[in-house]
Amino acid sequence: MKLFLNRLRVMLLKELVQAIRDPRLRILIVGPPLLQLIAFGYAANLDLRNIEIALYDEDRSPLSRELAFTFSSSGYFRFTTRITNPEEMTRLMNTGKVKAILHLGPDLSARVKSGRTALVQVIVGGTNSNTASLVQSYSLQIIERFNRARLKERLNRNPALKKVLPAGVSGIIQPEVRVWYNVGLLSRNYYVPAIIAMVIMTVVLMLTAMAVVREKEVGTMEQIMVTPIRPFEFILGKTIPFALIGIGQTTLITAVGVFWFGVPMRGHLLLLFASLLIYLLSSLALGLLISTVSRNQQQALVTTFFFFFPALLFSGFIFPIANMPEVIQYMTYLNPLRYFLVIIRGLFLKGAGLDVLWPQLAALLAIGLFVMTLAVRRVSKTLD
Amino acid sequence: MNIRRIKALAKKESIVVTRDTRSLGAAIFIPLLMIFMFGYALSLDVDRIPLLIVDQDKTPSSRELIQRLGDSRYFSIARYLDRTAEIEPALNRREALMALVVPSGYSSRVKEGVKSPIQAIFDGSDSNTASIASGYFQAVTNGLNMELQTGRLKKAGFKMADMPLEPRIRVWFNPELKSRNFIIPGLSAIIINIICSFLTSLLISRERETGTLEQLISTPITGGELLVGKLLPFIGVGLTVMILVAGAGILIFGVPFRGSYIDLFIATLLFLIGTLSWGLLISVIAKNQLQASQIAMLSVMLPSFLLSGFIYPIENMPIVLQAITYIVPARYFVEILKGLFLKGVGLSVLWPQYLALAVYAFLILNLARRKLGRRLL
Repeated sequence: MKLFLNRLRVMLLKELVQAIRDPRLRILIVGPPLLQLIAFGYAANLDLRNIEIALYDEDRSPLSRELAFTFSSSGYFRFTTRITNPEEMTRLMNTGKVKAILHLGPDLSARVKSGRTALVQVIVGGTNSNTASLVQSYSLQIIERFNRARLKERLNRNPALKKVLPAGVSGIIQPEVRVWYNVGLLSRNYYVPAIIAMVIMTVVLMLTAMAVVREKEVGTMEQIMVTPIRPFEFILGKTIPFALIGIGQTTLITAVGVFWFGVPMRGHLLLLFASLLIYLLSSLALGLLISTVSRNQQQALVTTFFFFFPALLFSGFIFPIANMPEVIQYMTYLNPLRYFLVIIRGLFLKGAGLDVLWPQLAALLAIGLFVMTLAVRRVSKTLD
Repeated sequence: MNIRRIKALAKKESIVVTRDTRSLGAAIFIPLLMIFMFGYALSLDVDRIPLLIVDQDKTPSSRELIQRLGDSRYFSIARYLDRTAEIEPALNRREALMALVVPSGYSSRVKEGVKSPIQAIFDGSDSNTASIASGYFQAVTNGLNMELQTGRLKKAGFKMADMPLEPRIRVWFNPELKSRNFIIPGLSAIIINIICSFLTSLLISRERETGTLEQLISTPITGGELLVGKLLPFIGVGLTVMILVAGAGILIFGVPFRGSYIDLFIATLLFLIGTLSWGLLISVIAKNQLQASQIAMLSVMLPSFLLSGFIYPIENMPIVLQAITYIVPARYFVEILKGLFLKGVGLSVLWPQYLALAVYAFLILNLARRKLGRRLL
């Protein structure tokens, strides 16, 4: 036992020194989480404000100006260009200078005055369907609000109408919309906790895979084989340093997320680190497994990618799982990232506890144990 | 520049590339895999939002409201709950993304025409889905409100236009608003960027690690020749990947291609030169393959995914990040590809983007040549 601890200590020390001594590698341990925090905290934003649009007003009446003002004062839109002929519409949309064009026809105010319906055209560039559907729903809301204001004027002028419409202009059905968990609807609250899952997957998994393969590539694997070190000890020595790095990175991301980006952390910190350990089990195991099937570092890297890309894309990190075909939805149950994302978002945003998250944790543990068994078997075979 | 030496080196590199079946397989297989994944399985379209219902009214008019939601393609009813207390655990388990509560007395209030509150609760964790879902939800209730209003007015004998203004929204370039149509062109850029810079990022560091760099130094080859010789085979790989990816997008997933293929070829070539040289530059700077791969990951993967406007609109970013996007070559390539695929505009409209790619390619190529030359001396 004493010998075992001693050997383990030496092995750990060697790996840690190797990882920390290299200044460039040091940056690589802190760099990815920080960069991803900045990127996801600031850049990954699907919420839209001040969308640049153009105004094509053929009516030039008080009414058309009022409508245009409703658009610009809504906070969603900002008129950057005014155009006077239809050719300019194509040119503007083609260069992508504006996301949409508000087109008011020449008979707008005449039609409204005579009590008929006037068309308001909004041309939306669909190159980003997400942006386009937001533009669509914002402009519908604005026009709806405008219509309501007109109805209100009519009601004020005609008291008899009030009896028919006791609910008034705001409509009979009154939906009260409540948002839970992320009241301000901020993208960053959704993405920042998830960075933990992604950084662990990229850095820890890749470091583990490459560290073992490197020994093979530079030929020091043979040296290790002749030492009295046992496979079990070798595995512990090769994984614990990276697990420590992962824990450090998680602490860093959590601290920056909470204190800098103001992401709520409503769950228990202890549960966060407990689930992190379970998640690390599967990441480290996958790293080891990849190292056993790769001959050199390039292969290890490519194989990591093979695994990492689908794992990331089919985890619900960006693309909602509910949108995927049913068969694929079932396949995501094999993805450790999927469970960890639910756990980590649940912890941060919903303050969920063990009572809600235990199925996810159990699944994650099962996957981790299974892959670790597989990896240990393969590594032992190489070492013997 | 000695053509013979370049040819010899290019031939040697091509053999290395084709012999490493796993890396080559990955270079071809990963892009195809990603295109298929995105085409079939990954979508940002918000539809079939799972919805929980608490119907405390249980009348024909409450059922009509619920059916309206269930019938629209945006919502699908996941489950009926008996009590509002069941909503929270269900949302916590992610059984659904929203819940609708219709309180008792709803139908009698609607009949009288007075304000009839209903409650919609959204899981805001995924803010984008939540805000689009609440937009759809309000569109459905607005429509129902309009019908109720005009119904009452007609019954009372008032004649009035339904609405003074009628919105007509036309979507250009992608009328069905399929996220696939914009994701696949953007994705082709990202895939090429990542695969190509990764492949070249290991080239020189591998020579150094295995000790063959000294052998190269002892040959009469110059930095420029080494660069061209190393890059040529990978330009071939890159072009093949582009053909595969664009072909699959157009032929299998029906993504429109409205521009010219020559414009596509020019843009791809410019982009490849820049991105391959960047990979090579990394491999010269990095001490070993591990470092090279990490630098490539940081300098290529994240920026091309997040700062290229591929999914996340650049206009939404803080000014500082917007400024940084100008030095991310993927930004220009994504713009060109979206223009070529969806808008049918090419070199004549997007020449500033082409120019930016050309400048980037020229700068990085030169930088790589100089760094390489210094190593070889």
